[in-house]
Amino acid sequence: MPGKRNMKLTEEQQEMLAGKYGKGASMAMRIQCAVGEGFEAERMVPVSRVHISLSAQNADIWFTEKMTEAGAAARVIPTVNPGYCVKYFREKGWLREEDAVNMRRTEAAYRKLGANMTLSCTPYISDNRPAFGEICAFSETSVTVFANSVLGARTNRESAMSAACAAITGFVPEYGMLLPENRLGTVLVKVSAAVDSVIKFAMLGLCGKKIGRGIPVFAGLPEQIGTESLIALGASLNISGSYDMFHIPGVTPEAPDAETAFGGKAPVRTVELTDRDLDEAFALYSHEPGEAIDYVILGCPHYTWEQVSAAAAFLRGKKACVPIMILTSRTVIAAAAKSGIKEILEEAGADLIPDTCVDEKCCFRCLEGKNGVTDSPKAIYYMENFGIRMAVRDWKTCLAWAVSGKSDSCTPVSGAAKEDHYA
Amino acid sequence: MRERVFGCRKISPGLAAAEAVCSKEEILFYHADFESGVITEKGHDLEGKSIAGKIVVFPGGKGSSVVQADGLYNLVQNDCAPAGFIVRFLDTVLVSTAVVMEIPMVWKVDDSFWTEVRDGDMIKLDADNESVTVIKQ
Repeated sequence: MPGKRNMKLTEEQQEMLAGKYGKGASMAMRIQCAVGEGFEAERMVPVSRVHISLSAQNADIWFTEKMTEAGAAARVIPTVNPGYCVKYFREKGWLREEDAVNMRRTEAAYRKLGANMTLSCTPYISDNRPAFGEICAFSETSVTVFANSVLGARTNRESAMSAACAAITGFVPEYGMLLPENRLGTVLVKVSAAVDSVIKFAMLGLCGKKIGRGIPVFAGLPEQIGTESLIALGASLNISGSYDMFHIPGVTPEAPDAETAFGGKAPVRTVELTDRDLDEAFALYSHEPGEAIDYVILGCPHYTWEQVSAAAAFLRGKKACVPIMILTSRTVIAAAAKSGIKEILEEAGADLIPDTCVDEKCCFRCLEGKNGVTDSPKAIYYMENFGIRMAVRDWKTCLAWAVSGKSDSCTPVSGAAKEDHYA
Repeated sequence: MRERVFGCRKISPGLAAAEAVCSKEEILFYHADFESGVITEKGHDLEGKSIAGKIVVFPGGKGSSVVQADGLYNLVQNDCAPAGFIVRFLDTVLVSTAVVMEIPMVWKVDDSFWTEVRDGDMIKLDADNESVTVIKQ
């Protein structure tokens, strides 16, 4: 008889499944029960934070509309990932009318669900930042890995749909990363490469094929690591592989030391990473820059206040001869406007763009065939799917090339990045 | 004709009977031609092979929290979705997508299944009764 591993549901959860809280909530609960049974969860537990990887793609609109039409509404208000800023890209003349309609329809569906329309992929900076040990349902791989590793919150790598279900029911099945025994390190990664800047952390994360499956514990990294570097590491790890979590002894909260990170057990595998490994992994993602540079894209994941303000300090009094597009959150843009930084960037020719993800073909397809540069391997990984080719360099090199309009092949990948004051 | 029955554990309910297509590699269904069901990812084990209407036997899913669902959704819309999934490893994205798209899915199939099953074998996948039947011609 199927269902022999049924989770134990509370009375409230059973009533929700039976439809007492409406058809939408019942559908969400049914999906979560199936997921929970699959993972052999014993029960459902309350969730206090949700982030949904909104995408404005077909499946996203279909599912969100289907749930809200069935009367579903969020019990736990979710923040959402970026789609694209209709106003900005329409003014640029890059967006087709049908794409504008598509994004408006997506936003309407999420508003109906009751979402906090943050449209940003860095909710953990301020909009939706969990405390240590807090149980969350976060989708978007770079968000999940940051929440687990850096904040010590507990979340599985939810899909957009399973996160939406958690927002609707207020519960998640208890399995995987919600259980302490599954959060221990399994792979010891001895880093002998010099990893001392944001771009180097992004490169370190590209070594997933060598690291392999599991929860890596990185040894040999600096004692102080900035937020932006930790964001870059997690984002890159999830393009070269699939990672729920990493530990850095002395830095991340569940790893006061390596022994604790491994739960007193021996690692299942030890991997060594040298400068050469980082360079080889990097070569798989970055393209050679063209002689002339046509545009710069920064902000995948969305730039923090520190990154935006460092870009402004670098560009103050300069003038870029090609477009610089910096993707960030509305929260950061509001602070940048109030602080006078937005104005400095605009005078230099750099736009702060809200609500937007690089993985939106409808906004960026016109860059096909042009020479771009970015500081994000993740941006390349996604934009390649629709024919965009870019080089990766540290952020200062990206901006310097935007000012000169030319690439300089003598600049090493990590450029002058050691001077990152936010690293 | 030879039949063998294997035990398994249910992930997504349902019953399917179709030809097997086997992949050694993880699959992201976004990397497929949605109008034919042919996998398009360069260098992939299934590159050039169709998963439309087949029972896909593979280690598990890969890719972001969004595109796996979008890929399968587009395949379903074009009647080119897989008939069922048999996997070794679970991830939340693939599991929730299979449940929502109503694609039968099982895991923890007896070890000998993995050496026995070949492309083109007929498979009867009964997720509800937790059995996988392999029929060789």
